[in-house]
Amino acid sequence: MTETSTIAPTALTSPTSPIAPKRPTGRPATRWTLRLTAVGYVLALVALPVLTVGRRTFAHGLGPVLESLQNPDLISAARLGVVVALISVVINTVFGVGISFLLVRYRFPGRRLLNAVIDLPISISPVVVGIALILVYGRNGWFGGWLEGRGVQIIFATPALVLATVIVALPLVVREVIPVLEEAGTDQDQAAQSLGANARQRFLRITLPTIRWALAYGVVLSLARSLGEFGAVRVVSGSVPGQSQTPTLFVNDNYQEFGPVAEQAAFTAAFALMVVSVVFIIVIAWLRPKETN
Amino acid sequence: MSAQVLEAAPPRRRPRPVSAGRLSAASGLGLGVSLLWLSLIVLLPIAAIVTTSFESGPTAFWHTVTSTEALGTVRLTVAAALLATVFNAVFGTLIAWVLVRDTFRGKRFIEVIIDIPFALPTIVAGLVLISLYGPQSPFGIDLVGTRRGVFLALLFVTLPFVVRSVQPVLIEMERDVEEAAASLGANGFTTFRRIILPTITPAILAGAALAFARALGEYGSVILISANLIGKTEVSSSFVLKKIEEGDAVAAAGVATLLLMVAVVVLVILDSLQRVAARRD
Repeated sequence: MTETSTIAPTALTSPTSPIAPKRPTGRPATRWTLRLTAVGYVLALVALPVLTVGRRTFAHGLGPVLESLQNPDLISAARLGVVVALISVVINTVFGVGISFLLVRYRFPGRRLLNAVIDLPISISPVVVGIALILVYGRNGWFGGWLEGRGVQIIFATPALVLATVIVALPLVVREVIPVLEEAGTDQDQAAQSLGANARQRFLRITLPTIRWALAYGVVLSLARSLGEFGAVRVVSGSVPGQSQTPTLFVNDNYQEFGPVAEQAAFTAAFALMVVSVVFIIVIAWLRPKETN
Repeated sequence: MSAQVLEAAPPRRRPRPVSAGRLSAASGLGLGVSLLWLSLIVLLPIAAIVTTSFESGPTAFWHTVTSTEALGTVRLTVAAALLATVFNAVFGTLIAWVLVRDTFRGKRFIEVIIDIPFALPTIVAGLVLISLYGPQSPFGIDLVGTRRGVFLALLFVTLPFVVRSVQPVLIEMERDVEEAAASLGANGFTTFRRIILPTITPAILAGAALAFARALGEYGSVILISANLIGKTEVSSSFVLKKIEEGDAVAAAGVATLLLMVAVVVLVILDSLQRVAARRD
């Protein structure tokens, strides 16, 4: 990704490629200790717990799982989750591409500050994001009363779910697109301009093809993050089953409820979410090498 | 590259965009809309938190955040986050090293499952951990309602940060210097300490900063296993949520402000540490 910008020029001509060494280093004993520690740590911390959820979900066979998938609350939660995630991803993609363009191609006062503000949501607790939204758009918030007077409800309704999701996934597209735009430079763009292409043509024919893999990567990351958001959504949703309950809230509410049926429902929904996120990881892993080409 | 850059004396690392500079009418409008949007969704909400927490004056704010319960949650959250960050900085570096420099069967698999804590919804992560280390644990280890459970949850969600920030740096590193050090008689550990570690330190710090910020605000993966015991396993984010649900916006905003401040301070410190390390390099 950054070959041209950060590696010293000698790296390009050096006979020993710095990438993908085939020959492991170190003494065999050290190598095996390191290898086993790394693999053991990852397996114990991640793989084992994930397998356990699978086992718990199918503890009583396939029947109860299929039955809880018919749960109308789960179906409407899934529908709501998908709708909210899709709207948020579209908003963040449009905004992300636009702001990446501004940050890379233009210089203006406050540019560094703007750059920092975009990263802010990553280091803020999702719960704090939710509470901030309540303080501004809630009934007693800064704008909430005014908006309610005009018949617009944000908190405890779908708009709040979208806002919360948009905020937590805000930097993901921007952070993928900016490095690619920076590296591409403006030569092709200028050439096209001198040949008479207008801004729209240049965007569609030059910029978009350049950033498409980075954009795809950012979009998938955002989609995964949006579907899985819990903390921020938990604060602003109210979580009414069949109405404002998203899939992650469904898992939480059913797990807290106790009783075998609710517990099975929680594990089924959690298992489904897990499968979806593993699919996303595989798509992400598949997209990743492409952007370096 | 433009003639301007070729003539200019100091060579730039990145080719500077030629059109960089003036905002046209269209891009100016775009910037305006972006700023308005950012203000509505990020800046105003943060301002609302800070102003609400100081609504009744700085003394009231101080009183809120130093109440026994609030302070207890902050202490636990910071300590557990710090411990998890240090743990994963060490193990993350080790894992990144093995993934880059070693080849073995199943490496691809490890490579993929490392990202699971990133992609898994936090509440599912919570359920995952409680089914392994809860009352129905297959090993008979029940960590529900213990601080070790909180630590474990934070360890789980912060695993990928350091791995993913160190990995690209290790891939790009040249082997010449290491080989030179080895030929001069340096053993593996000396080479690591004197050659490799200085190069990857900025990346370790960057990953650690993100991991710490994440751990500080973590909610979903922690609540199930912590059982939210006041004075024992209650973390700050769940204290904040409880207060807003009780209608005590000032208390909620107070601790939220404190969390924001700690996160910003950590990010600033680590950013400057990174700059120092990068300059030395």
